[in-house]
Amino acid sequence: MEGIKSETEDKLKMDGIKKELRNPSKATHQDYFGKAISYICITLVGCLVLSILYFITTRGVATFTENHVNLWAFLSGTNWNPGMLDSHGQPEVGALPMIVTSFCVTVLAALVATPFALGVALFMTEISPQKGTRFLQPVIELLVGIPSVVYGFIGLSVIVPLIRHAFGGTGFGILAGTIVLFVMVLPTITSLSIDSIRSVPMYYRSASLALGATRWQTIHKVVLRAATPGILTAIIFGMARAFGEALAVQMVIGNATLMPHGLLTPSSTLTSQLTTGIGNTTMGTLPNNALWSLALILLLMSLVFNVLVRFIGKRGSMKNEFKSCK
Amino acid sequence: MEKTANTKTKQIITSEDVHLYYGSFEALHGIDLNFGEHEIAALIGPSGCGKSTYLRCLNRMNDLIPGVKITGSIELEGNDIYAPKVDVVELRKRVGMVFQQPNPFPFSVYENVAYGLRLAGVRDKSLLDERVETSLKQAAIWDEVKDNLYDSALSFSGGQQQRICVARVLAVQPEVVLLDEPTSALDPISSAKIEDTLLNIRDKYTIIIVTHNMQQASRISDRTAFLLNGNLVEYDKTEKLFMNPEKEETSDYLNGKFG
Repeated sequence: MEGIKSETEDKLKMDGIKKELRNPSKATHQDYFGKAISYICITLVGCLVLSILYFITTRGVATFTENHVNLWAFLSGTNWNPGMLDSHGQPEVGALPMIVTSFCVTVLAALVATPFALGVALFMTEISPQKGTRFLQPVIELLVGIPSVVYGFIGLSVIVPLIRHAFGGTGFGILAGTIVLFVMVLPTITSLSIDSIRSVPMYYRSASLALGATRWQTIHKVVLRAATPGILTAIIFGMARAFGEALAVQMVIGNATLMPHGLLTPSSTLTSQLTTGIGNTTMGTLPNNALWSLALILLLMSLVFNVLVRFIGKRGSMKNEFKSCK
Repeated sequence: MEKTANTKTKQIITSEDVHLYYGSFEALHGIDLNFGEHEIAALIGPSGCGKSTYLRCLNRMNDLIPGVKITGSIELEGNDIYAPKVDVVELRKRVGMVFQQPNPFPFSVYENVAYGLRLAGVRDKSLLDERVETSLKQAAIWDEVKDNLYDSALSFSGGQQQRICVARVLAVQPEVVLLDEPTSALDPISSAKIEDTLLNIRDKYTIIIVTHNMQQASRISDRTAFLLNGNLVEYDKTEKLFMNPEKEETSDYLNGKFG
């Protein structure tokens, strides 16, 4: 009787241990839980990106597949009037004016902003780090924080009239867009350039000075040269921002879908055309699809900017790897 | 003995009662040191004794540190280098410096060595080529880099980089070369090569080297100065200082009783 009892007790005890060993503990469950949450988030974000890509691509391609617009005609045509047919019975969807204007304002804004951004960045890093950081850092942060509609509004009420008085015409156009974008991309290029100049090791500067270089020679020949990949990345980030900016540009560019003949004639960028047109078209019609094609170009361009940044970043880091591996 | 040696060699750098303050902290308490032309002088002493600080006074690299005050006089060939009219850029061309960490620029070997010449406005390609080659030969690195002159200087080993840095300084043809613990980041074989380099160039340049390595000081230097806590304890011919030091602190340090 006794023996049987202790035997069953032993068996029960063994079962308990077996159960404990075979089933995951509480900590393991928490681990699974945490993993699951992060995987779910990743999947959600991934789905989001993929569906955006899919949506824009299918819509954007529909112009060419469903409405049978010639891709070349779309990219090189200069008449944009998707509701109308031209003399050959083809829809007028020439996107070249928008593409040209977009590139013009982007490149011009970056060209104008880069020297200023470098000047401010050098002042803050090399010439007067303490004062620069105390006074200029907040200014730059403020510039980033101002909503683009405010920039557009200032452009509309200050810059456009100024240009009108100075050069005649309406005042709307690429010049106004460039000036507004210049202010908008300035903080981006500046703060990224500052990061890249700061990361140039101090000992390059001492080495250069010890060889009898002046401060300016050191900045020009060593610091800026060593920081070049970072500065290029900064400029491209600035260009990406300028290329994608819609609202502020739309307010000052004039929104005429014409080939720009100069810096002062009203024209239209890809983004401004999208914001202007998207509310006035019906889903699934050619005018709507044509706008999606513009969005597709924007998407592809931001992809190109991304790839450029990665490429330059990689080349910059390769240099550093060299040093660490040898 | 001392006096006769002094009369024989011309003194190129003379310093008298050099005090240096970082803010209110006095790092150097009055240093008197003279350096003879075409001699190798070594500065030894424990960490924080002020030997690097003193070295950096000689080409005014301490000017870059905010809050530094220097009193006393340092003269290069009889001219006070801290006089208000002195062109620091010109001074640093005459008194070159090699740092503790090999610090070549992220350019090619050629561009590194040609850097100082280009600063001086040398454009002539053949002159540049010639000076780059001579300097690299003087620094005993020519054979190792001659086939890769246009590769990044960062792709070479630490010891090679340091010799490229020496070549970079020599290309400017300074009169004095300061070396701040040039071998402390290097392996023994690379260190030996740097030492050979220094012995090779000593008939053309005056060399002042700060080192932690007492054997190194005894191997290569003509004169050695022992510094302790911002004071100059002893300065004499290297043989004399190592074999028969006058001060007790010196012999204690050399025998490894502290430091």
